[in-house]
Amino acid sequence: MRGYAGFAIRKVAGAAVTIFAIVCVNFVIFRLVPGDPVRMLFGDPRAGAELIQEMRERFGLTGSLWQQFLAYLNRLFLHGDLGISFVQRKPVMETVVDRLPQTLLLVVTALAIAVVVGTFLGAIAGWRTGTRFDAIIVSISLGIYSIPTFIWGIILLIVFAVALGLFPLGGMATLGAGYSGWAYLRDVAWHLVLPGGAIVMWYMGEYVLLTRSAMQDVVDQDYITAARAKGIKESTVLRRHALRNAILPVVTITGVNLAFAVSGVIEAETVFNWPGIGRLMYDSVMRRDYPVLQGLFLVFAVSVVLANLVVDLIYGYIDPRIKVGGPK
Amino acid sequence: MGAVGVIIFAVFAVLAIFAPYLRTVDPMRPGLAVNRLLPPSSQFWFGTDHLARDIWSQTVYGSKIALLVGFLAAFTTVGVGTFVGLVAGFFGGRLDEVLMRIVDFFMMLPSLPLMIILAAVLGPSIWNVILVVSIIYWPFTARVIRSQVLSLKERAFVEASRSIGAGDRLLIFGEIMPNVVPLMFAQAVLMVTEGIYAEAVLAFLGLGDPATISWGMILHFAFESGALSRNLYWIVPPVVCICLVIIAFTFLGTAVSDILKPGYREARGL
Amino acid sequence: MALLEVENLKVYYFTRAGAVKAVDGISFTVDKDETLGLIGESGCGKTTAVFAIMKFVAPPGRIVGGKIMFEGRDILTMSEEEVRRLRGKSIAMVFQAAQNALNPVMTVGSQIAEMILEHEDVTKEEAWERARRQLELVGISGDRAKSYPHEFSGGMRQRVGIAIATVCNPRLLILDEPVTGLDVIVQRQLLNLIKDLKARLRLPIILITHDLSVVAETCSKVAVMYAGKIVEQADVVSLYENPAHPYSRLLVKAYPSIKGEKGKLISIPGAPPGLVNPPVGCYFQPRCPWAMDICRQQEPIAVSNDGRMVACHLFR
Repeated sequence: MRGYAGFAIRKVAGAAVTIFAIVCVNFVIFRLVPGDPVRMLFGDPRAGAELIQEMRERFGLTGSLWQQFLAYLNRLFLHGDLGISFVQRKPVMETVVDRLPQTLLLVVTALAIAVVVGTFLGAIAGWRTGTRFDAIIVSISLGIYSIPTFIWGIILLIVFAVALGLFPLGGMATLGAGYSGWAYLRDVAWHLVLPGGAIVMWYMGEYVLLTRSAMQDVVDQDYITAARAKGIKESTVLRRHALRNAILPVVTITGVNLAFAVSGVIEAETVFNWPGIGRLMYDSVMRRDYPVLQGLFLVFAVSVVLANLVVDLIYGYIDPRIKVGGPK
Repeated sequence: MGAVGVIIFAVFAVLAIFAPYLRTVDPMRPGLAVNRLLPPSSQFWFGTDHLARDIWSQTVYGSKIALLVGFLAAFTTVGVGTFVGLVAGFFGGRLDEVLMRIVDFFMMLPSLPLMIILAAVLGPSIWNVILVVSIIYWPFTARVIRSQVLSLKERAFVEASRSIGAGDRLLIFGEIMPNVVPLMFAQAVLMVTEGIYAEAVLAFLGLGDPATISWGMILHFAFESGALSRNLYWIVPPVVCICLVIIAFTFLGTAVSDILKPGYREARGL
Repeated sequence: MALLEVENLKVYYFTRAGAVKAVDGISFTVDKDETLGLIGESGCGKTTAVFAIMKFVAPPGRIVGGKIMFEGRDILTMSEEEVRRLRGKSIAMVFQAAQNALNPVMTVGSQIAEMILEHEDVTKEEAWERARRQLELVGISGDRAKSYPHEFSGGMRQRVGIAIATVCNPRLLILDEPVTGLDVIVQRQLLNLIKDLKARLRLPIILITHDLSVVAETCSKVAVMYAGKIVEQADVVSLYENPAHPYSRLLVKAYPSIKGEKGKLISIPGAPPGLVNPPVGCYFQPRCPWAMDICRQQEPIAVSNDGRMVACHLFR
């Protein structure tokens, strides 16, 4: 698999470069803050001069810009230090790590459902382009995916939680209920439905349209007719020949889409008060907790890069043209 | 589909343009304390919010903001994106490589966190929202325009024009632009939705322009006041408006890109 | 009764501009031990005609008339399922430019094996073994069964296509432009392979091409198509030595022969007619050097004599 090894190395190197670039961007953005960064970070206008100076040193805000940058890099890469949250007086990293699992639970569940259902519907719509079914699916998907996640969240909330009372209004678990074990899991799952649903909307619409488009390209290819010429059943042609090829471009685009999954998460967690890093971002905005915001941006951006890397590596593996290389 | 889009758009355009004549009051001025959180009535068509402000007025003026932000954001985004796409596609070579690396980098940045950070740092205002949208979305337009330019470059007429000595400038404006303009238009329609979305979501998260009230901000106040479970009349108008306008432009955008591919619909038997 | 009898086949494409008469009433037969060459310019309907035999005509196209009798049964009256069972097993096809006719994400061996497994009751291992042997049969090393299509050159991919089509011993083989677009040496190799297989498997073949020299080499009889109609049918020798229809005459003259006498090379001026509103009278008339008045008014009727058929006013 020589072709693949080279491919993989290039992708990993690319990801590393991108991450470094993001770190730089992150640094620069927060130096764009007009006015005194420390005052802004502090929030409390009555802080004494020595305290401010101490804070400056603590946060590496002394010295030239270049020195600050180096200090920042040092803290980040050698110590995993993202700074300290002002509101919580805890290291940012700790806060983030606390809430990351909840976000992962929400995201992974929602994306898994969206991708599976979306790809399935999109494949059928693309296979049967031009039919009523196809037209309906396209219109519905377009409508669904263009509406922002937080609006979906509000709609779902009003309809299913407020009006119909079928699901809870927010949070991850019912407070004070003291569930454990299976009961706890069921409770969490119950709370997961609406915020997950809000995230699923955009993603599923996107996958329907993507898969449909990829399938439309595949359907025109000669190898589909050739497969039929072998006397194979339609459903098998769809599965073994069409789908396997249509998947390829869909996997590629998944990478780009992951950046938007992040948006969905932030919006959904905010509306439903789901205790993850998305909600943390909202809270930090409200409280002007800049170190957390800066740290979160880094976390989100780096996650997207890493997820993209994984997707690229998977793609390289499933596309034989990359896995194996050219004509001999 | 396109027809539906145009109709909805027209309705909102009317609202936006004729706002002062539609029995509205200043959407931002707090009213009398006794009038807080009133359900819809003949005096307050959509009811009032937590500061006794008329929600109908807020809705009407909100459309002005939504359309304004949408169009301006689309304009700048498509402007920058087209420029970069043209340059990269036309000149190719190292310039193209470098530009595309930058494009790829930007495309990977998560949009909402970036918007939040920039809004927090630059300060909440409509102009910053427009700026932020352009920063995030220009790469998408750049890519689309660039591939169009690349395929146009291959076409015979460019070769032919070159062979009779046409300079670069002439080629760009005379041959390539006319074929790129329709695509720009399609992109612009899509970018309007991004602009409206960005303004709405930032406002909802509390980073809206305090000098205005947009639909997103109405939702922000409602959300902060816990109205989601109690005062539906506060929430429904902005939600419906946002949905309608975004769907309108999405449908319009699809209709436009379908029109740009004329053989496509026939071949598909649509 | 012949193996394949096509009678007055008509396939039209219904577009916004009108009905395109891609195939407008053609008839021919193929018997065991025969190789029929279907020759004509691009767009004359030859591919559409054979697609109709496999019932591959998709909207906006439709088979609007005629009969296709295969082994005594009319394919056009069969259900979708019955036709499906014919494909691959009884009638097999090798597609033009096998670049795209092979699934890029499946190994070459598995694509051959797929054909076997579809029609015969064997285990996967047996199918794989046979696939390997089939590759050898068409001149590719069996070890390459694990390779993917993109790892092969155009000529080799075409061989794979032939391997797939012949592996289940079909009763009729259709080759759509098998050597078009390949360089001469590769063409030679492929033609030899085809002749070899024909002899060994005793396969009736329909071979589509626009290249008369290919026909001369491999076919026993020829049908010349123009603008959706067959204008002449004859055995290959007669057509070469004594072409009847003006179009055939021009075609034969357009190909240089290295042996034989040196004649003038003529290219055929003009272009085939649009098939939405075809001209009145004979379709070929605008380009025909022997056109007469009647050619502009009436369509010529096909005349058959002793195994030859012509549709031209020169022959009544």
